[in-house]
Amino acid sequence: MFQSILVVLGTMFIVFVLFKLEGPESLARAILSTPKATPAQLNQVIKEYGFNLPPWDQLWHEILNYAQLNFGRSPATNQSVLSEIRVALPRSLLLVGVSLILSVIVAIPLGVFQTVRRNKPSDYTLTALSFIFYAMPAFLLGSLLLLLFEDHWHLAVPISESETVPQIAFNLRQITLPVLTLAALTVASFSRYMRSSMMDAMTEDYVRTARAKGAGQGRVLFRHAFRNALIPIITLIGLSLPAVAGGAVITEVVFNYPGMGNLTYNAAVNSQVQVVVATTVVATLLTVVGSLLADILYAVADPRIRYAHR
Amino acid sequence: MPTADVGGTDRSFAGLISGSSRAVVAPALPEIDQGSIVPPLETRAPEGGEAGSTGSIFRIIGRVFIENKLAVVGLVILIVVVAFCFGGPLIYHTDQLSIILRPITGPGTCGAGKINIGPPCPLGVDDQGFDVLGRLMVAGQSDLEVGLAAAFIATCVGVVWGAVAGFVGGVVDSVMMRFVDILLSIPSLLLLIVIATMFSPGKNQLIFIIAGLAWLTPARLVRGETLTLRTREYVQAVRVMGGTGRRIVLRHIIPNAVGTIVVNATFQVADAILTLAALSFLKLGLHYPQTDWGDMLTDGATYATSGYWWLIVPAGTMIVTTVVAFNFIGDALRDSLEVRLQRR
Repeated sequence: MFQSILVVLGTMFIVFVLFKLEGPESLARAILSTPKATPAQLNQVIKEYGFNLPPWDQLWHEILNYAQLNFGRSPATNQSVLSEIRVALPRSLLLVGVSLILSVIVAIPLGVFQTVRRNKPSDYTLTALSFIFYAMPAFLLGSLLLLLFEDHWHLAVPISESETVPQIAFNLRQITLPVLTLAALTVASFSRYMRSSMMDAMTEDYVRTARAKGAGQGRVLFRHAFRNALIPIITLIGLSLPAVAGGAVITEVVFNYPGMGNLTYNAAVNSQVQVVVATTVVATLLTVVGSLLADILYAVADPRIRYAHR
Repeated sequence: MPTADVGGTDRSFAGLISGSSRAVVAPALPEIDQGSIVPPLETRAPEGGEAGSTGSIFRIIGRVFIENKLAVVGLVILIVVVAFCFGGPLIYHTDQLSIILRPITGPGTCGAGKINIGPPCPLGVDDQGFDVLGRLMVAGQSDLEVGLAAAFIATCVGVVWGAVAGFVGGVVDSVMMRFVDILLSIPSLLLLIVIATMFSPGKNQLIFIIAGLAWLTPARLVRGETLTLRTREYVQAVRVMGGTGRRIVLRHIIPNAVGTIVVNATFQVADAILTLAALSFLKLGLHYPQTDWGDMLTDGATYATSGYWWLIVPAGTMIVTTVVAFNFIGDALRDSLEVRLQRR
């Protein structure tokens, strides 16, 4: 818990320092979003946002504001950043969540299947495919899918800004492509890890013992090897949470999906400090929550951890 | 787990102390050349006859490339790609600086009608009037340079950071590793966007930006290795003989973790190339006159609906094959090191 708070504070500090390097003038200019701002206007903005205060005071104010969920106001839309995040976050969670669940559902059986068919043509084919998908930039896959399904076959439609989460979720023509893009890349790495972790488990002593006692292949695979092989995968899911959020930036930009990644990208390109700091901190917070969830999942998968804590 | 346990420490002295002197007890006086300390027998690989015959990581790597088909494929692809990018422009002269106003035309033609300039372009012309084949070479140069340099810097920083944290331990370790944890918790692409928007980067800045986030993984790996290595007898022996901490880290711990480091560095190159492509897609990568495959691909993708496949397929193929090649090599190295571990 202490470490989680430390991580969030540290993130704020790092992002904050990075932006302060820009200097108050250019920050104020970005907020006014006009290149021809007069010095008087600039000074007013600098005063209003407190850019002239000592850095430590600014950081302290920022932390206080964040603790009260006050993320400031977005200069572009004149809305509070909190309300923008409130709209964008559920959409991102939908996209990332669905694709993560989908990739786990696909990758784990794939890994098991490859273990069973080890060193056979189907194993080699799947391995080759996973290498190719792992090496493919997300925007390449996304653009190709867009090209085929949206422009060529007209099966998919773009997502508009005004859609609510249930509208996006139940409109398969909108959500399928972004989810597929994100999931394909995740499946590529997860299935490789699942395969090697399952292979490792199959060489363990307990598998040999189970075999010696006459357990069938199915029982050995699923009762003995499978649960042990899951543990590294859970670690991987926990570790990949920030990567998934980061990978979602590309996917969201490709499909113009109005989530956190798109919000951050547009804000960063327009030097909107408040928005970028807020989204980055929120994304980090989610990552921290995610890794706590991974810890809980460990205990579900591995009885040894469950009993050790009693 | 240590992967190259037998290597490093005695590699450079293998010739001096092989054979009969293998069982020599380490000299008791610290002033005597500490380099010739022979690690206790049980820390060596059991199958090793001569010191260094199984030891050197470079020998192991060499054997991997002979035995493992995947590694050979990866290496061949890589050599072809390097030859294409750096050797290609010597044979195939191409102008990638002057912008020629000519329409996008397919493979074999260089522009259309009156502006059909120069020798035929084997892969056609792109939207800015550049010859695609030549552009592929120039772009590949930046991709390889950024990938290799970023991976190299990230590995060096990460190795030193991890080794120091693991070796010193205590509060220093906690502080150093908390810092790594914090940076790892921030979605890396968001942070990259923040940094890249601030610096409007060129090639060198991009190398440092990408390396600036990539060093975290080797730091964690090497710290883990160091924690197991620092309790080894040969480290204790150096300490007893008055070897400094710096000497232990540089001469004994890092060389023994070299297997893990090399495997990770291979993957780092692949990841750096992909990161550069992602940044290019977000328009935060290289700018004219420099370019990279991701940049070409992004440009091409805007014309995807027009059927100009030669703007997408060549650049996409180059990225995917190069990254796959590095991953093949990394995988093969890791497999062989793990097998070696299991054998012990």
